[in-house]
Amino acid sequence: MTTIAPARPKPRAGLRGVFSRPEKPYIHPYLGGALLGIVLFLAFLITRNGLGASGGMNRYVAVVEDAIAPGHIDRTPYLLKLAGGAKNPLDDWSVPVITGALLGGMVSGFFNGRLKAEINKGPRITNRTRLLLAFTGGAIMAYGARMARGCTSGQGLSGGATLSAGSWALMMCIFGGAYALAYFLRKTWN
Amino acid sequence: MPIFPLQAFLQPLSENPWTYLVFGVIGFGFGYVLELSGFGNSKKLAAQFYFKDLTVLKVMFGAIVTAMVLIFLSSAVGILDFNLVYVPETYLWPGLLGGVIMGFGFIIGGFCPGTSVVSAATFKIDGILFLLGALFGVFAFGETEKFFDGFWHSSYFGRLTLMDVFHLPTGVVVLLVVLMALFMFWGGEQLERLIGKRDLAREPRLRYAGAGALIVVALAVLVLGQPDAADRWARVASAKEASLAAREVQIHPGELLANRADDKLNVLILDVRSEADYNVFHLDGARHVPLDQLRAIVPELLQQPAENTVTVVMSNDEAAATDAWKLLQAESVSNVYILEGGINNWIKVFGAAEREVTPTGTPVGSDRLAYLFPAALGSRYEAADPDANEWKIEYEPKVKLQRKRSPSGGGCG
Repeated sequence: MTTIAPARPKPRAGLRGVFSRPEKPYIHPYLGGALLGIVLFLAFLITRNGLGASGGMNRYVAVVEDAIAPGHIDRTPYLLKLAGGAKNPLDDWSVPVITGALLGGMVSGFFNGRLKAEINKGPRITNRTRLLLAFTGGAIMAYGARMARGCTSGQGLSGGATLSAGSWALMMCIFGGAYALAYFLRKTWN
Repeated sequence: MPIFPLQAFLQPLSENPWTYLVFGVIGFGFGYVLELSGFGNSKKLAAQFYFKDLTVLKVMFGAIVTAMVLIFLSSAVGILDFNLVYVPETYLWPGLLGGVIMGFGFIIGGFCPGTSVVSAATFKIDGILFLLGALFGVFAFGETEKFFDGFWHSSYFGRLTLMDVFHLPTGVVVLLVVLMALFMFWGGEQLERLIGKRDLAREPRLRYAGAGALIVVALAVLVLGQPDAADRWARVASAKEASLAAREVQIHPGELLANRADDKLNVLILDVRSEADYNVFHLDGARHVPLDQLRAIVPELLQQPAENTVTVVMSNDEAAATDAWKLLQAESVSNVYILEGGINNWIKVFGAAEREVTPTGTPVGSDRLAYLFPAALGSRYEAADPDANEWKIEYEPKVKLQRKRSPSGGGCG
């Protein structure tokens, strides 16, 4: 007796194939949490530092500023710490972490068929509005992240897991702020 | 000594270039798992705030409690030195205000910085725009921080943990946090059922096993307890006793004088004597920390810039200072030295000009003040702050500043 395997859709060759792989579902959130927790734990165990995103961004911005206006860096105390004098702003753990995260996200997107140029938004707003809000939200979020000395990764995950009192307090503020504004933005997401 | 964190990561990374690669691999895992969990999709993230899909809560707190129980279990069994782990410092008000601003940005833009990186990496246009906005935001912060520099550095509590705030043992806090997270997961599922119309019967049974595992590990942390001062000292005692006996860490008063005058060094002088002795005479800039209060300032010492901080402990002779040194060694504070011969030796070297300060004949080794002072002038005696340029003193230099990487890695976050 022979069974005939159902013909699989043949992946398209070339660059187009990269963007048309079959899309797989996301993993269960608890599994995602456990895996992320293990990554976070290994980071602390091996290196003493946790995970971070906004710090690495800060350093990429500082390197551009340093190239364009080195004198300006040396006159701004906040930037001086990152890139003053001969200091290389990229010589910090947060830089390879965020660079690795970009690659990791891309590789997972590739294997799971989620490398797709698209705009995720609520059904009631235009693409243009969504992109404008994304940029605005990004600027606000990052401004807050630097003020708090870390974002949901550097403070939320890393400070949360090491039981930092300030991190727990500010994590409540992140959720509080988002919930407080969510009602007014319900039409953009629902 | 606990083998983690690895020695190479306590030094400047450029001394071991492979360490960058390790951080890159960690970042890769970070990005991979974020994408796998759906964090590249802004709709999924925003759904959190309409109670339809609490993936954000589950992944984030799932990760926090998983990492937390593993960190404190590793510390309890002695493979991880928690004092060397970077705990984000608490700057209360900037943190709270920054948190609220971040919350606003989250719901407006649909991402946080880390998730936008993953989203951009999978070519989501809104993720790319958010990332560009975030880069603009950090730029804007760097340019405007000078207008509220005072506020940004205010309400500083240093390395402050929930254990310090609530005066509870680590194991209790760990267990409470696990229970709180499990309660939030349960509540989140109920919300998903009511508002998101999710059928909970289809959720995997395995999640109960996961919850059970978290509780078991948290209980293990509670039962094992975290290493106390005696445990910590026992781990390092043989090596440290050897350097005490070889007198590698007792620095000559002349070396302390030279170090105090060195602008490149951040010299912390800790005077562990009684308050009475301290009031009679102490070095200019010395901080009074009696032995029984020394442990309380350890978190502060751990957060000092590691590249250039030298801590010098002193008593009248060396006995109490040596106890203080041992405690700080056990707590993994780096670059700690003892003032050789203590305050008595300091006065012997620098007190010639003090006509009214007379020796009492107290035998060396008793760790009592061996001079009589006419008045309790503290640091207003000339010998309390000798001019390094006027004294030419021969000594054998012993301070070997170990090049260390600051825990936060220089900048913050």
